[in-house]
Amino acid sequence: MITTTYREALRSALREALVKDPRAFLMGEDVGRYGGSYAVSKGLLAELGPDRIRDTPLSELTFVGAGIGAALGGMRPIVEVMTVNFSLLALDQIVNNAATIRHMSGGQFSIPLVIRMATGAGRQLAAQHAHSFEGWYAHIPGIRILAPATLEDARGMLWTALEDPDPVLIFEHQALYNMEGPLAEDAGPVDIDRAAVRRPGKDVSLITYGGTLGKTRQAADTLASDGVDAEVIDLRTLRPLDMPTLLASVKKTHRAVIVDEGWRSGSLAAEISARLAEEAFFELDAPIARVCSAEVPIPYPKHLEDAALPQPATIVAAARETVGRRG
Amino acid sequence: MSTEAAATGHVATGYVATGYVASGFSRTNVGSQPDAAGHPIGRDHGLRLLHEMLRIRRFEEKCAELYSAGTIRGFLHLYIGEEAVAVGAMQTLSREDAVVATYREHGHALARGLSMDRLMAEMYGKREGCSHGRGGSMHVFDAATRFYGGNAIVAGGLPIAVGLALADKLQQRPRVTACFFGDGAVAEGAFHESLNLAALWKLPVLFLCENNLYAMGTRIERAQSQTDLCAKAQSYLVPAEAVDGMDAFAVECATRRAADAVRQGAGPRFIEYRTYRFRAHSMFDAELYRDKSEVETWKQRDPIPALAARLRESGVVSETLLSAVEDSVAEEIAEAVAFAEAGSWEPVADLLNDVYTVRP
Repeated sequence: MITTTYREALRSALREALVKDPRAFLMGEDVGRYGGSYAVSKGLLAELGPDRIRDTPLSELTFVGAGIGAALGGMRPIVEVMTVNFSLLALDQIVNNAATIRHMSGGQFSIPLVIRMATGAGRQLAAQHAHSFEGWYAHIPGIRILAPATLEDARGMLWTALEDPDPVLIFEHQALYNMEGPLAEDAGPVDIDRAAVRRPGKDVSLITYGGTLGKTRQAADTLASDGVDAEVIDLRTLRPLDMPTLLASVKKTHRAVIVDEGWRSGSLAAEISARLAEEAFFELDAPIARVCSAEVPIPYPKHLEDAALPQPATIVAAARETVGRRG
Repeated sequence: MSTEAAATGHVATGYVATGYVASGFSRTNVGSQPDAAGHPIGRDHGLRLLHEMLRIRRFEEKCAELYSAGTIRGFLHLYIGEEAVAVGAMQTLSREDAVVATYREHGHALARGLSMDRLMAEMYGKREGCSHGRGGSMHVFDAATRFYGGNAIVAGGLPIAVGLALADKLQQRPRVTACFFGDGAVAEGAFHESLNLAALWKLPVLFLCENNLYAMGTRIERAQSQTDLCAKAQSYLVPAEAVDGMDAFAVECATRRAADAVRQGAGPRFIEYRTYRFRAHSMFDAELYRDKSEVETWKQRDPIPALAARLRESGVVSETLLSAVEDSVAEEIAEAVAFAEAGSWEPVADLLNDVYTVRP
């Protein structure tokens, strides 16, 4: 095992992909000389050169669209968008082209494109740099949505995504970049189809992904000290959802709490709730609960930002309510 | 068949006798060259351009008829009046080059060499269509001719063209990506971002702007503070040229100059084709925004009769031969309609196909 960070794991994955596949290249704002706004691509320009590590103008719509075109032209582009809020400037290309061209062309053209971006709140970046729109993207057929929450997934999802013939969006929670921990020295590609049980338990299923996985595990530890044995599920892939894993968990625990940093209305948590109600209604011993962000643009002051986001304490409270043990 | 052609009574024979069909471009017109000395007005070449324009004109007239009959549905945007642009420009491309077009793309598809049968089947929504019926009029795609849509978001194709060209440059392939769009696209951010990026990275893109003066119903002066579109391209250091888009020869010559420069690695070029749409924006447009007299004035410059007259006056082409061309086009359209009629509907059980690639 080595000790590494989420950022270093991402960089190691990028480097390996670029070395292994001559068709792969990275493009985005400040990915080269600056080293990436989150320093993920630091050092890669010097090693791989400007053809493979391409600094772009501030033109999200066009460099994402150019990624689509380059994929059509036989390349394997990895496009970095600085944050999910900025990706809205490229939404037209992602939704109207990347997600549709295979279908509109009657299956003639696939788009093997990977788009990476930072998402989520927690660093006092206020209301234009801290939202969680991955749930929106998960609404769209034609693309695959990934949310690596662990070092293994930060290291392993990129290569599998690059091998996918269709567009894959990878959402890296910005609070995770400094997360440090052990990683196998030979860590490599991982599957991008299945959710993972991060902590087995029998009393309640805590279903989450990305930046809230750590908070949810903390909540599970607190619940354990109260005698509540929570199972923690990491979705990993937000589209398509791995329903068999979720249903198996709920059939065991009969209770579900969904933790999602998106706003509650129309959220991914809403979709999962609906599916559990549709597919496992008679397994449930309590109403499904959701812990989401408050319905407010993310505020700047720390105490208000904290209050707007799911926190271990709010997850614990929701789980206790679900199992009928009010704290 | 025109009345005139019918009256001559021996059109089919005359047509075949010219050797025009044997030259092999009639339905797969990719990469044809003008005559020697760079002068494109040879008889065969002139006939070729006329034939290609007529195929588009008559195909779309048939589509309008089928639309009125309810056979074709959705949106139908006709290119009638602008045929000289697609036909002239397409002469300068090779099979390896790529084409990106808009939702008004039947003309580009036909001039590029897509089968009229498969294009008509696409208009019907049949499985035998070039996009297997999933796209319809606005989303024509064809891998065999590197035709990348059929994009119905104004300016949506420009970034894709930039990326196709980037892929060529990175793989050191001497190809050109021809990207067609209208004057309306020039007001979109994607136009400015794409010209900037293509110029910055010296990418082999031909930005081909069909200025028909109207973005749907909004005339260019009402939408753009600077109506000199070449000036906008030049502001990104992209060399630009405006050309008469009602003259297929002029279009071809200007496009060839630009394509040659692009092929030599000089970076992107921009051409503004000054043209005009004779028909409504779509089949739902009452045309309240322009005077009938303006349309009539432009129709005086209809590129098809203009070229026919030019060929006749130069004495290289007889009335009989021109009628034969009409006849051949009518026959091809009849075959395309029959092909589409005979096509099949995709079973509803296949509804979810082609959303994701089937992985082995």
